[in-house]
Amino acid sequence: MIKAPVVAIALICAATSLHASEISGRIGAESRYFPDDGQLQNSVLFEPEIYWSWNNDHDSIVFKPFARADDLDSERSHFDIRDLHWLHVGRGWELRTGISKVYWGVTESQHLVDIINQTDVVESVDREEKLGQPMVQLTFIRNWGNLDIFVLPYFRERNFGGSNARLQGPFQIDTDNPRYESSSENKHIDYALRWNQYFGDWDIGLSYFNGTSRDPNLLPQINPVDGRLFLTPYYPLIEQIGLDVQATLGSWLWKLEAISRSGLDQDYSAMTVGFEYTFIGVFQSGLDLGLLTEFNRDTRGLSAPTPFQKDVFAGGRLTLNDAQSTELLFGASFDLDDSSSYSGLIEASRRFGNNWKLSLDAWIFNSNNPLDLNYLLRDDDFASITLEYFF
Amino acid sequence: MNRLLTILLLGLLPIAASAQDNDDARTKGLHIAQEIQDRNTGWGDSKALMQMVLFNRRGDRSERELHLRSLEIDGDGDKSLTVFDQPRDIKGTALLSFSHSVEPDQQWLYLPALKRVKRISSANKSGPFMGSEFAFEDLSSFEVEKYQYEYLRDETINELDCFVVNYYPNYEHSGYSYQQVWIDKSEYRVQKIDFYDRKKSLLKTLEFSDYEQYLDKYWRATSMRMSNRQTGKITELTWRDYEFSVGLSDADFNPNSLKRAR
Repeated sequence: MIKAPVVAIALICAATSLHASEISGRIGAESRYFPDDGQLQNSVLFEPEIYWSWNNDHDSIVFKPFARADDLDSERSHFDIRDLHWLHVGRGWELRTGISKVYWGVTESQHLVDIINQTDVVESVDREEKLGQPMVQLTFIRNWGNLDIFVLPYFRERNFGGSNARLQGPFQIDTDNPRYESSSENKHIDYALRWNQYFGDWDIGLSYFNGTSRDPNLLPQINPVDGRLFLTPYYPLIEQIGLDVQATLGSWLWKLEAISRSGLDQDYSAMTVGFEYTFIGVFQSGLDLGLLTEFNRDTRGLSAPTPFQKDVFAGGRLTLNDAQSTELLFGASFDLDDSSSYSGLIEASRRFGNNWKLSLDAWIFNSNNPLDLNYLLRDDDFASITLEYFF
Repeated sequence: MNRLLTILLLGLLPIAASAQDNDDARTKGLHIAQEIQDRNTGWGDSKALMQMVLFNRRGDRSERELHLRSLEIDGDGDKSLTVFDQPRDIKGTALLSFSHSVEPDQQWLYLPALKRVKRISSANKSGPFMGSEFAFEDLSSFEVEKYQYEYLRDETINELDCFVVNYYPNYEHSGYSYQQVWIDKSEYRVQKIDFYDRKKSLLKTLEFSDYEQYLDKYWRATSMRMSNRQTGKITELTWRDYEFSVGLSDADFNPNSLKRAR
């Protein structure tokens, strides 16, 4: 009877003596307030990360689950495995096998070329949170640059909020019956390639993706029982070529992201181009003020399922460079064809002690045009407060 | 006429002599700097842990822990990879820096929450490193070409006979008009630096202590204490677990390798 625990302890000891094991992570609570109707949305989150390495750090495993429990939206209460992969580092090459996340791109207002991972829509308004993607990633690190080859054997559907969801518009989304162009549905094997390199002040990335689009088309349907409109996600097969470039010239960062996408439904291209300029040590202090402006263009115009069809984003980033890492980010996106359409954000954060972090965020959305995405969110202005403990 | 010439020449003599002194002071300063660099050449690669303790004027303390890997590059500044361990909210954040003597450095920052590698501007040389009293330029590798030198005098500090040399930055975006540096004559180790801001007022004092020798040749200070003379804030650095010749190569100092830096 005592054998099993003894064996387990022996295994754990053996595993830890392999080399290094490390536990870290965060636990937090968030409260959102929607002033248009006075609604409160509270949630808690937990994201531990366990790391093992052996073979002099040439082999490692990372396991990072994520969970959120939300008191308003049952679909926002969700669990995901952000990382569970084995990484082997060879001489001039690396192989990553398992669930992971990759990030491509350089711009801030939207992330056009970043296509490997599905967006965790219920997590964040800025669409920077992603679901873990099963992958085999082979990387070559050579004098001519880095080349990544991806095989993506399983597709992650986009998650959407439930019937009480905020920040999603008025229509229910039927996530139980997604449709696919591919007959193998979410088992379709996607491929991707990326090459990136730096030349002096220039960083350049070129990418290619062939597989199931991470962005679903939302097809309107009528519920035969109550006659109400709902939306069904449809995932087409696409090919996408992406380019990202950044020039780092003194205090200036010049940025470009561009994609060309083709598929069954529609061929289109989109781009984000802009700059960031940082004033260093303003007001005779250690404070940095970065100003950024980005122009977004999408050839689909108003039918684009993004608010960035022809928009300018302007914002600033204030970094206090103090012991508490106090930061403030603010900005607004304006539609160049429709002055009623805009969105704005403020994000502030500060560390307390060695382990606590407090964040305050606020977003506003406005539009008079029912075809515009900001119109659907016009009653979802909100402010949120998040307290996290890091261990 | 002859007398006039003599008077003129006599009048010019002190000026000429002081110009000669200036040249001597520069040459001697440069020789000292070259000797410092020569004695610190050939170490190859290294890694180390650094603890940083920040004290504000009230004595409140806040701690950081990070580890560094460095690669010596022949004829250019070093490459370094800095990974933050504490505070925990920035754990895993990593900075890759290719330092250059006069050209701007190249720097990439890895943000683990987004798994994003960002090329960042290196124009913030004078900015505080992690909220500390150290600026980025205080922690970058020493290269002779970075400064003009002026030898001032000899002076004894910490019971060590030292040269006192002014360093005037050659690179852009420095927060200093000059640094006054005390170097011990026996081993050419920096013992103390006074940093003068752009208005030439004393800004900070950095004191080095507990030097240890590695590979029978290379000296590294175990403790560094930076005092801001204008705000009263203090940052103490403690280095430990120095290791040399750990087999690091160029492939470990690549924007791609940032993503797996631990």
